[in-house]
Amino acid sequence: MPTRRRALLILAALALLALASMALALVVGSINIPLIDVVHALLGADDGVAGEVVRSLRLPRALAGFACGGLLALAGALLQVLLRNPLADPYVLGISGGAGVGALFAILLGGGLVVVNGSAFVGALAAMLMVFGLAHGDGSWTQTRLLLTGVIVASGCGAAVALMLSIAPDHKLRSMLFWLMGDLSQAGDPSLVLFVLAVVLAVCLPFARELNLLARGADLAQTLGVAVARLRRGVYLLASLATAAAVTQAGAIGFIGLIVPHLVRLAAGNDQRLLLPASALAGGSLLVIADTLARTLVAPQQLPVGVLTALIGVPVFLFLLTRDARTRR
Amino acid sequence: MGTPILEARKLTVAIGDKIFCRDLDFVLHAGERLAILGRNGAGKSTLLSVLAGLRAPRSGEVLIDGASYAALGARASALIRGWLPQVRGDAFASTVLETALVGRHPHLERWGWESEQDAKIVRQALAAVDLSRFEARDIQTLSAGERQRLAIATLLAQQPKLLLLDEPIAHLDLKHQIAMLELFAAAARERGAALAMVLHEPALAWRFCDRALLIHGDGRSECGPVREMLTAERLSSLYQYPLEAIESDGRISFVPR
Repeated sequence: MPTRRRALLILAALALLALASMALALVVGSINIPLIDVVHALLGADDGVAGEVVRSLRLPRALAGFACGGLLALAGALLQVLLRNPLADPYVLGISGGAGVGALFAILLGGGLVVVNGSAFVGALAAMLMVFGLAHGDGSWTQTRLLLTGVIVASGCGAAVALMLSIAPDHKLRSMLFWLMGDLSQAGDPSLVLFVLAVVLAVCLPFARELNLLARGADLAQTLGVAVARLRRGVYLLASLATAAAVTQAGAIGFIGLIVPHLVRLAAGNDQRLLLPASALAGGSLLVIADTLARTLVAPQQLPVGVLTALIGVPVFLFLLTRDARTRR
Repeated sequence: MGTPILEARKLTVAIGDKIFCRDLDFVLHAGERLAILGRNGAGKSTLLSVLAGLRAPRSGEVLIDGASYAALGARASALIRGWLPQVRGDAFASTVLETALVGRHPHLERWGWESEQDAKIVRQALAAVDLSRFEARDIQTLSAGERQRLAIATLLAQQPKLLLLDEPIAHLDLKHQIAMLELFAAAARERGAALAMVLHEPALAWRFCDRALLIHGDGRSECGPVREMLTAERLSSLYQYPLEAIESDGRISFVPR
């Protein structure tokens, strides 16, 4: 029996986890800064090197990581419901593919950070509109048709990406590969992604119970009082916007969008009223922790954070999956 | 008799150039039970989904409680009509209790959570379909018959005035077939629900319904009291297979020759 009390308790625990991950990201690095100094720096009381490192390097990067992780997990949870497919992730509908084509094209032409980000966002929007337009067709879009259209557009983008990689000069390959694997070192100002995260959460939460019904089938949802056509369009736009914003900020970080909703679902059930905010918190925390590891494990070398999210996520997921199989009758 | 709960006016139902029924008119008042019979692919489920507001008719209109689905909106419609689908796909794991609680959705406010009262209604519905001990079971471990009864419990928890049932006794054993049909009959008798159900067993239609709608699949349809509609002659023509009516103890059964 789902209750509001249980949901709030779980969300409170996840909020603590998010705070702990932020604290870790601010304390650990090429110079370790004690927590008390971090607090001083955040309050603006420290004008030294430590204060500068915390305020202008680590804090923006941690916030950007949190927002991107939250957005990816949220987009994954929404698309799994929309497509009624547990294997859906934010990239399945070709949005990251479009962003990738845009970003790599800009890198190839030698554009700066702003140009690359802008081009990635334009690519994501183009892919989104293309998939939506093609799948919508005569107005009767089904999950299968949407999924297939997305997969085809994504593989088309994949081919374009491979083409650009193969003709790119050597000195540009590294930044291209890092973009494709997902990377927060070039993250920049996090305020836009944080804003998008807040907007997406605020818009989807009032519809969370309707999403529970949509996950059980469109016709059933309609006869139980959900305006299905409108809800589906809204969910698609919202998930696309979330993905486009995250991918533009940090590249195609894999795995978070697929695995985090499943982790939350296995641990706390499939009630979207809890699953959506919990996924945002857990996805944000996981990405912040992974990014902290990515920049410290083999310092001064930095690893692409997408590799770390997979290395953390896979064993945890497999453990929960086997536990779930045992407890089920 | 007041406003009918369900009214079909000049209803033509078609997919592509295949017309299932033409200019169909009928009304269902509180407590009335309609059986819909026809061959496979004759358009019974399609007609039912038009009556449920899930699909637009080629022409004509459907009114529930005197208003169209478009005028009522999704939520107000859900407080009047319930629909039992023929096929279900469960993409995600969920417990039996959570699944039946879904039926309470139209009764809750946007930010509302299910109350103790809702849980009580759902537990009564689960008990009515003989699933009380299954509350915590995962739906993906249920048998097809148990899953069917759970769908019926979800519908009962919704407490609609109009029940549109697409093969409500599919997958059920004999005992549960009769038990579920008794349950629907009780809903009609005790709280004035109107029923329209797709059935494949004319004898059960004869026993549990007061009217029958025969869909021939070529645009022709006939509607009338069960005693007039469910005769060996008419059913033989409907199913295009010779049937014989056998009466015993005031009940009738139809046996393929």
